[in-house]
Amino acid sequence: MKNWPLWEIFIRSKAGLNHKHVGSLHAADEEMAIQNARDVYTRRNEGVSIWVVKSEHITASDPDDSDPLYEPAKDKVYRHPTFYDLPDEVKHM
Amino acid sequence: MDIKSLEDRFNEKIDEDVRIEPKDWMPDNYRKTLIRQISQHAHSEIVGMLPEANWISRAPTLRRKAAALAKVQDEAGHGLYLYSACETLGVERDQLLQDLHSGKAKYSSIFNYPTLTWADMGAIGWLVDGAAIMNQVPLCRASYGPYARAMVRVCKEESFHQRQGFEIMLTLCKGSEEQKKMAQDALNRWWWPSLMMFGPTDEASTHTEQSMRWGIKRFTNDELRQKFVDATKPQADLLGITIPDKDLKWNEERGHYDFGEINWEEFFNVIKGNGPCNKQRVDARKSAYDNGAWVREAAAAHAEKKSKKQAAA
Amino acid sequence: MTDLTKYNYVLQHADNCLILGQRLGEWCGHGPILEQDIAMTNISLDLIGQARMWYQYAAEIQNEGKSEDDIAYLRDAWGYRNVLLVEQPNGDFAQTIFRQFLYDTYSCYFYEALMNSSDERLAAIAAKSHKEALYHIKWSGDWVIRLGDGTEESHNRMVAAVQELWSYAGELIKPNETEAKAHEEGYGVDLSAIKEKRDAKIREVLTEATLEVPESTYAHEGGKDGRHSEHLGYILADLQFLQRAYPGLEW
Repeated sequence: MKNWPLWEIFIRSKAGLNHKHVGSLHAADEEMAIQNARDVYTRRNEGVSIWVVKSEHITASDPDDSDPLYEPAKDKVYRHPTFYDLPDEVKHM
Repeated sequence: MDIKSLEDRFNEKIDEDVRIEPKDWMPDNYRKTLIRQISQHAHSEIVGMLPEANWISRAPTLRRKAAALAKVQDEAGHGLYLYSACETLGVERDQLLQDLHSGKAKYSSIFNYPTLTWADMGAIGWLVDGAAIMNQVPLCRASYGPYARAMVRVCKEESFHQRQGFEIMLTLCKGSEEQKKMAQDALNRWWWPSLMMFGPTDEASTHTEQSMRWGIKRFTNDELRQKFVDATKPQADLLGITIPDKDLKWNEERGHYDFGEINWEEFFNVIKGNGPCNKQRVDARKSAYDNGAWVREAAAAHAEKKSKKQAAA
Repeated sequence: MTDLTKYNYVLQHADNCLILGQRLGEWCGHGPILEQDIAMTNISLDLIGQARMWYQYAAEIQNEGKSEDDIAYLRDAWGYRNVLLVEQPNGDFAQTIFRQFLYDTYSCYFYEALMNSSDERLAAIAAKSHKEALYHIKWSGDWVIRLGDGTEESHNRMVAAVQELWSYAGELIKPNETEAKAHEEGYGVDLSAIKEKRDAKIREVLTEATLEVPESTYAHEGGKDGRHSEHLGYILADLQFLQRAYPGLEW
């Protein structure tokens, strides 16, 4: 028998926040996946919105590529506000 | 990269307490041990539903009935989180279930004991969930990311379980003579099996050293067992019931309670399948699975029809 | 007792929720797949929650110092006023689903109408329960369709479930004396007004599920007035065991 596919579940916990990955579950189709996510992952009032994505549709970066992917961003200090010196008189900028 | 440097990098991460994630390279044995440990835990959750579900229909008040339903349902949820964590290691839940049904995979032997009175619902919450929490809290820092994250969720939800169990015990102990007797009887039956939940002694434990090295076990069996006894004895005093161990007494020097010898013969017997309910528990899971096969097939078939229709439209 | 009709009216609904919640709870730990085990327990929990609201109100109307549990647990079978449908055994998953669907198609429209009750308490119970009922009908309706239009086996099982339970569909929307009077007095629901919507919903879902709507309109009845099937006694034996074996204690 063909098993029900695996789905990744993303939940928005409060209006205004991003959806966040909370885990996975099995469901036969997308509608059931939403219902199951509601029953499994929001039993304690944890969500106001649900996204479901078939796990097989997630493409993940390769951990072996982590140096070329993430190292180059590390020394770009000028992207951060603390890089710039301002006189104390200028508050809150 | 060759195996040696992969292994070095893996060990470095473990040493630095950096989480291992599903796509990271990991030693075969680490993967196998994790699959065994996580699935065993998942099986314990869903087999563990049975002894308590047994009392849902007989819960004495509507409030207790709702709490019992919610609690047993949580265990289904915990099983689900853990099976999901296991699936990230490349085994499908279906395969894991088949291993449970065939007897190849183990689950916590405590669930092979029967729930005979309502007080057992209290004792299980108080002692069994109490012991489980001792075991589980350190695993929120397990080295494998999906496992640690599942455990964070489990522990968060688990905290109400022990409280509801203790509340049941407290109500019984403040109640009639018969209720008190019921509570004492439950403690008598569940105490030793609860101590066994922490597994064999450190001396006899085969996996402890490697698992500690890998950060998928944070304390030894004996350490956790001691912690449990120390925490539980004062609670029993508060309830006014007696732990069935004449050797249990405070040891000033150690700063811990000493306790009597566990009947390891019983422990290994239950693991081997000779507990009072081993057969009933596995049979119940098997029949739920087998009787559900046509339902799962139907939903899959319907989903396929639907997506074909959508594709054609 | 200030108002016996209202008390009985409230009890009918309390008992429906309790008995169906009790039945669904029997699935807990034995569902066809973990995700659905959890879903069924959620519905059971909703129903027990609804039952508690109803019983608490019943206790207030009765005004004899009794608790929700005294009323829920301490009557014999003839005192229970639930419809016969909800006490029917779980059977296979198809029967559980169809029993649920028949109840949901009723309760959804019933609560919708009850939100306009002249009795504020009833309207409040209805408002809370209606949201839950909307989810239940979506769940059970989807499953009727999946099973009806799934495999040959699931289709046959659904056909058998419809045959088995159809004769219990009528009682839900056929008013007894209590309901007729409750409607007259302005706080109860006019069941004839929801019948059409309910029948249409059943037809719509069964059609999509490739199932036929039976022509028979014969309805078993009596549950609302305390005349039950043999099943109820066994449900009560479980439900009441502790309260009967150790009367008058705190749990």
